[in-house]
Amino acid sequence: MILGPVDEIPPGEGRAYTVQGRTLAVFRLRSGALKAFPAACPHSGGPLADAQIDENVLICPLHLNTWDLTTGCSRSGQPDLEVIGVREVAGQIVFSP
Amino acid sequence: MKRRLVVVGNGMAAGRTVEEILERGGADQFDITMFGDEPYGNYNRIMLSHVLSGEEDESGIFLNDLSWYEENGITLRAPVRITRIDRFAKVVDGDDGSSTPYDVLVVATGSRSFIPPMEGVFRPDGSLLDGVLGFRSIDDTREIVRLARLHEKAVVIGGGLLGLEAARGLQSHGVHVEVLHAAGHLMNQQLDAAGGACLLTSVEALGIDVRLNARSTAVTGDDHVTGVILKDGTEIPCDLVVVAAGIRANTDLAVTSGFSVERGIVVDDSMATVDDPDVFAVGECAQHRGEVYGLVAPIWEQARVLASRLTGSDAEYHGSRVTTKLKVAGVDVASMGITAPERDDDEFVVFSEPRRGVYKSVIIRDDRLIGATCVGDVKKVAFLLQAFDRGLPLPEERVGLLFDLGTAAAEPSVDELPDDTQVCNCNGVSKGALVKAVADGCKTVPAVMDCTRAGKGCGSCKSLVTKIVEWAAGDDMRVDPAEHYYVPGIPLAKPELMTAITEQRLYSVSAVFAALAPGGTEDAKSKMGLTSLLRTMWPQEFVDERDGRFINDRVHANIQRDGTFSVVPQMKGGVTSVEQLRTIADVAEKYRVPMIKLTGGQRIDLLGVPKEDLPKMWADLDMPSGYAYGKSFRTVKTCVGSDFCRFGLGDSTALGVAIETRFQGIESPGKVKMAVSGCPRNCAESLVKDIGVVAVEGGRWEIYIGGAAGAHIRKGDLLVTVDTPEEVLTISGRFLQYYRENAKWLERTYAFVPRIGLERIRDVVVADSDGMAADLDARMQQTVEGYRDPWKEGREPAVPGQFRTALPLISLPQVPVRDGSTALGGRAGRSVATDPRRLP
Ligand SMILES: Cc1cc2nc3c(=O)[nH]c(=O)nc-3n(C[C@H](O)[C@H](O)[C@H](O)COP(=O)(O)OP(=O)(O)OC[C@H]3O[C@@H](n4cnc5c(N)ncnc54)[C@H](O)[C@@H]3O)c2cc1C
Ligand code: SF4
Ligand code: FES
Repeated sequence: MILGPVDEIPPGEGRAYTVQGRTLAVFRLRSGALKAFPAACPHSGGPLADAQIDENVLICPLHLNTWDLTTGCSRSGQPDLEVIGVREVAGQIVFSP
Repeated sequence: MKRRLVVVGNGMAAGRTVEEILERGGADQFDITMFGDEPYGNYNRIMLSHVLSGEEDESGIFLNDLSWYEENGITLRAPVRITRIDRFAKVVDGDDGSSTPYDVLVVATGSRSFIPPMEGVFRPDGSLLDGVLGFRSIDDTREIVRLARLHEKAVVIGGGLLGLEAARGLQSHGVHVEVLHAAGHLMNQQLDAAGGACLLTSVEALGIDVRLNARSTAVTGDDHVTGVILKDGTEIPCDLVVVAAGIRANTDLAVTSGFSVERGIVVDDSMATVDDPDVFAVGECAQHRGEVYGLVAPIWEQARVLASRLTGSDAEYHGSRVTTKLKVAGVDVASMGITAPERDDDEFVVFSEPRRGVYKSVIIRDDRLIGATCVGDVKKVAFLLQAFDRGLPLPEERVGLLFDLGTAAAEPSVDELPDDTQVCNCNGVSKGALVKAVADGCKTVPAVMDCTRAGKGCGSCKSLVTKIVEWAAGDDMRVDPAEHYYVPGIPLAKPELMTAITEQRLYSVSAVFAALAPGGTEDAKSKMGLTSLLRTMWPQEFVDERDGRFINDRVHANIQRDGTFSVVPQMKGGVTSVEQLRTIADVAEKYRVPMIKLTGGQRIDLLGVPKEDLPKMWADLDMPSGYAYGKSFRTVKTCVGSDFCRFGLGDSTALGVAIETRFQGIESPGKVKMAVSGCPRNCAESLVKDIGVVAVEGGRWEIYIGGAAGAHIRKGDLLVTVDTPEEVLTISGRFLQYYRENAKWLERTYAFVPRIGLERIRDVVVADSDGMAADLDARMQQTVEGYRDPWKEGREPAVPGQFRTALPLISLPQVPVRDGSTALGGRAGRSVATDPRRLP
């Protein structure tokens, strides 16, 4: 399932997409890799697509809790994030659960 | 219906009790109100010693800041002192005239400095003679620091833990310190005579004079203290006296309200007062089975029991075994149990090397460790504590209790410690909690400390915390990036970082990472700080990268707790017009803005705006941004001033508008709030702003810097008085630039000004002692010229999809849609009947 053009997400940022009744936060790393997680922060519902990221972590904009971008594991004592499968195919973000 | 829980006191015990209650789901059971008579959130009193010595910034000692109360729905009422508990009517009365009903009451009033009877120490009105202080609160600490800078000779009365900490702290400000201790050896509560003697060697080696068996009987001085007189008639001249002669529980409230009080408020095993099952006491003000505790470890245990009780379990408190492990004036000290043998057949093993300041002793009875003292070398303490707490079997060769003999294996290694061993007593963190933090992903000591709070109290457990983290992380262990870096991801302090950036001409955040970060690795936590620094250094050349910004700076609006944003149009100096008001009203209506509110800085805030509506709203508003977000120059609050006010001495409004026009949007290490008042009545509250201006007699203007009125309250320092509004613009711009170039990331002016020193700032900014004023002015001018209104981005997004929603369309906990009717019985601010966020 195609979510939209990769270009819609500036490198280093995230955007939210709704697919099959759930909302995902999809991030585009500077390396080009895509990462996706549920869009609501498990801490208190913060909009994770607005998070700040680097190559390794994601920081929720509300209370600055931190998760590992690769594993979804919390680094600040919150519940872990489910890692959701997305990849890039011909310039499009493809949701592949 | 929720029950009303009222907590009197907002100190360490109160804070921890409420945290524990929340952890047990207590937010569903209670409406919580806390009263504190100090004007602050909850802070770590233990750290005051570090604040005094300048090792720690005041802002670093808060355990729960004001947002914590808000986030957890707790009402904090401070500064309000509770003066009476009416347990029959079930209300508490405050000194602000309030009466607050409760269903359950917790008294956690702590204690105060005990001032021993000395002639001349009190003035007739009951206050302390000028120059005589206790050492208990932030206010005490600030005053000690202030006086230490002004005076030369300080006396500390009391050679216990607190007195020695105070002495060490005073000394770091360059005053000569003499400690007067009534007993025959230092820290006589915790140490035996030989241990005390050893500590004395170390303390004197620091250059602190100590006088033992010295009982102070009087202080001299009419307005200000001039000396202390001892029982034997000796007079010790001094201009500052810190009394650290012990503490007394704050029980006046309980006494006058009819509770049983001995040395503290008497409580039973459930922490309930013996007089009333709905009133509890916890912390230093409580007396349990005859004991009053003056250290935090037992208080944490009490808090845990009380919280369990209140949330429905039947936990009981049976008292604590007091063990101390501290760093006193830089010397490691640990003690547990008794300090001297009591029976003929008690085994007493002692090692003492006074020259090196090392002393260790253990007392054993029936093969059990019943007491131990270590000064200067605490390597064996983890094992001793365990043996003491659990009655572990002891080595046949007793000397093994004092030293590691032979092979390294003899060291009671970290992995032998049981998981529930308490490692950090200050914050009650067990070995298990540390190991879990590592397993959960913290791979550096500071990361573990941040996430568990271990080592954030007195700091004496840091070495053990480090060992445990190293052991638990194994090969995964990462080394601590030094604390002095400007940002955590680049191993350079600010001046070196700036030099490297200039020399290598690094214009973007990614370029800085590539050139200066170890392995070229990005670090999200460093991005905002670097963006801000680069903008300051390269007003023209800076290459903006979107991901270098926090969401607020990416979309130029302030993110709210439900993920919507708030929009504040510019309204210079707080002055508006009919057109502007009408436009704002129209826009608010069109976009169904759920809440319209005036901000603390006199601006109109449109709250609850979804991200994707931002560009359209800005376009419709067609006004510049009012900067309610970001680490930047914010708004200038003004009073009415001479145009209208009958007291006005200067045109504060015009000057406020001019300042806001000049400095709008300028980035800085922390936010900068300003105000201009038309006369010393100060209606714009200029004294508590980062930069505050006050018109005074003769057409002149006073400029104050470093004020704050947030979680931290500080009155600004008078920098200079100038003759013209133009000079106000020049001097405040120069100060702002100096601050931008020299402050650490996120360091507000209230921390920056005391750190650099007012004199130094005045030299640079006013007297131009370093000849850099013209350069500062020029760089500021460049910045001013480089200003572009970020809201213009609305027309042409900087990046595609910049304003695409980030909000999941599922329902989130949302900020309340208020129309004022609930609170005020009228309609105010609301423009729509339904919550637009629920519309499709
Ligand atoms: C400088 C210093 C260093 C210390 N170092 C250590 C150490 O290294 N290790 C250690 O274990 N302990 C240390 N302590 C002791 C430790 O700080 C205390 O044990 C702990 O703070 C007690 O907590 P509490 O909540 O009972 O009292 P507090 O923290 O004193 O809190 C009580 C609060 O209630 C307020 N209050 C009182 N009456 C009223 C009223 N009627 N209405 C409203 N509010 C009221 C008080 O102003 C205060 O803010 C140190 C103490 C100091 C001062
Ligand atoms: S500060 Fe002075 S001039 Fe300004 S409104 Fe108040 S009284 Fe009037
Ligand atoms: S909502 Fe994400 S950290 Fe609090």
